[in-house]
Amino acid sequence: MTRHLPKFTLMATLALTLAACGAKKKVELEAPPATARPEAAQPSIPIQGDTTPGVANSIIPGSQEDLRDKAGTDTVLFAYDSYELDPDARATLTRQAAWLRANPSVRVTLEGHCDERGTREYNLALGDRRANSAKNFLASQGIDVARLTTISYGKEKPAVDGSDEAAWAQNRRAVTVVMSR
Amino acid sequence: MRSILLAAILLASPALAQTAAPLGAPLRVDINAGLMQPMPIAVPAFAPGNGASTEAGTTTQLGERAAQVIANDLKSSGLFKPIDPAAYTTTVGIDDVLKPDFPAWRTIAAQALVTGTVTANPDGGITLACYAYDVFAGSEIARQGFVTTAAGWRRAAHKCADLVYSRLTGEAGYFDSRIVYVSETGPRTKRIKRLAIMDQDGAGHRFLTSGQNLVLTPRFAPGQQTITYMSFENNRPRVWLYTLGTGRQEAVGQFAAMTFAPRFSPDGQNLVFSMAVGGNTDIYRFNIATRSVTRLTSGPGIDTSPSYSPDGSKIVFESDRGGSQQVYVMNADGSGQSRISFGEGRSASPVWSPRGDYIAFTRIGGGRFGIGVMRPDGSGERLLTNGYQDESPAWSPNGRVILFARGDRSGRSGLWSVDISGLNERRIATPLDASDPAWSPLLP
Repeated sequence: MTRHLPKFTLMATLALTLAACGAKKKVELEAPPATARPEAAQPSIPIQGDTTPGVANSIIPGSQEDLRDKAGTDTVLFAYDSYELDPDARATLTRQAAWLRANPSVRVTLEGHCDERGTREYNLALGDRRANSAKNFLASQGIDVARLTTISYGKEKPAVDGSDEAAWAQNRRAVTVVMSR
Repeated sequence: MRSILLAAILLASPALAQTAAPLGAPLRVDINAGLMQPMPIAVPAFAPGNGASTEAGTTTQLGERAAQVIANDLKSSGLFKPIDPAAYTTTVGIDDVLKPDFPAWRTIAAQALVTGTVTANPDGGITLACYAYDVFAGSEIARQGFVTTAAGWRRAAHKCADLVYSRLTGEAGYFDSRIVYVSETGPRTKRIKRLAIMDQDGAGHRFLTSGQNLVLTPRFAPGQQTITYMSFENNRPRVWLYTLGTGRQEAVGQFAAMTFAPRFSPDGQNLVFSMAVGGNTDIYRFNIATRSVTRLTSGPGIDTSPSYSPDGSKIVFESDRGGSQQVYVMNADGSGQSRISFGEGRSASPVWSPRGDYIAFTRIGGGRFGIGVMRPDGSGERLLTNGYQDESPAWSPNGRVILFARGDRSGRSGLWSVDISGLNERRIATPLDASDPAWSPLLP
């Protein structure tokens, strides 16, 4: 799983990305003062051509964070025992499709998940339906299916630990997960 | 697994044969009688047949432990009430095994007496001799000897308990058997699941997998040396086989899509399981020797949780083809599919009893999950349990007890059992949380 790279890896990648983009103006990565934490030094690094310095600058194009930033969320939610995409879900997936078009080398896995109020084996099948609902919508938006894989986790990996409607609603979901870029 | 030899008991005396005919009606436990008083039964420490010692302990120690195992087995059935040994007014020496002091046992109101001997054999093994008596009639009910390794003393004791249970109930026993299940730990969002196996009474617990991969729904092969289960190894959710003894793990077939919900056919030659292809789940049969795959259901619904009838001629399964999860039966070749469940709510995860007389299932309705049984034609539906999340029923080898998993709103889960009468609901102790139980057939 590459969803959560360790922080030090992100920073090293950031440095490389900045260096690669720094053709117009070379970016000097100075060693931080011994007392300064590395994170504190980041915002001071000048970035050529970016109008919104700060947090947005640390998002790596084609990354999970980039997908969440550009599409609003990597997750669409479903009603109880349903795999139909409601208008919110379709709007989200439309933005995800646009992001996938803008990042044509990215491959994603659509994860299907369920709340705990179904039997284990049925929920594996229901999660597969949800993952495929999301996949089919992205394909309908022109995304090459070769870039889209699916997996169902049934009720085995809830996003929220809880047994009320609020938790169940968050757990009935399909998550678009960046696998390679 | 090493089998335990049955041995004709050589201790028989001429006097015993003359007392074998019981007076009046034979002692009997009716397991279908509904609310009843458990039968008071005495299980004194088995007498040492000789003074020798074994690698598992002295014959005296093994005799004490064997009696405890037998008493615990009989008590767990809910049909027997072992009398506290502190109340016993007599001890049992080797001579008392053949000629019990019936008046002494009557004074503490024991209706039945289980007694016997443990003898160390020259090869290092043991013989456990098991005798059961009707105390008030003063007559013998059953006797059997079990020859095994010293380490096998527990299994010999379980076989003795099975003998007593079967003679007094008229049903096959189920104590010499094992349970495989999924051991769980950690918060729901980061649950760690491992396959684990233990004796039916919780002894001999061990983990089969490390917890690195998510594993679900283990089930025994009829030969018991193989378990089929589902693993998410390499993020490819597939049906796997686990070989006990060697610990070998092997993916079943080479499928491009998720396979899950596996069970063996009664002859052990086939697996049935579901495969989800592009959002559509159907049931397939996989021949283990030839690796040939046969699709048994089609259509857009979710068809899953297949389970063979004990004669192998039919398969019960669940489908939402009619709008919600219900139980269906088909012939083993996929023909003749028909719905059999028409109760309230949803009926899911059906499992055919090894006796063939009932199908256990999970009922979902009113925000609750319960375990129920119905006849194979769908008639006679009865709900046995009701909980926040009771699911995954599994049958005892004699088809009279159902194991299931019970989850609560805090995310904890454990194993429970209940008689098909709906009585004797009890927790099965496990080291950690537990789900997805399966019961082995009786061991050889």
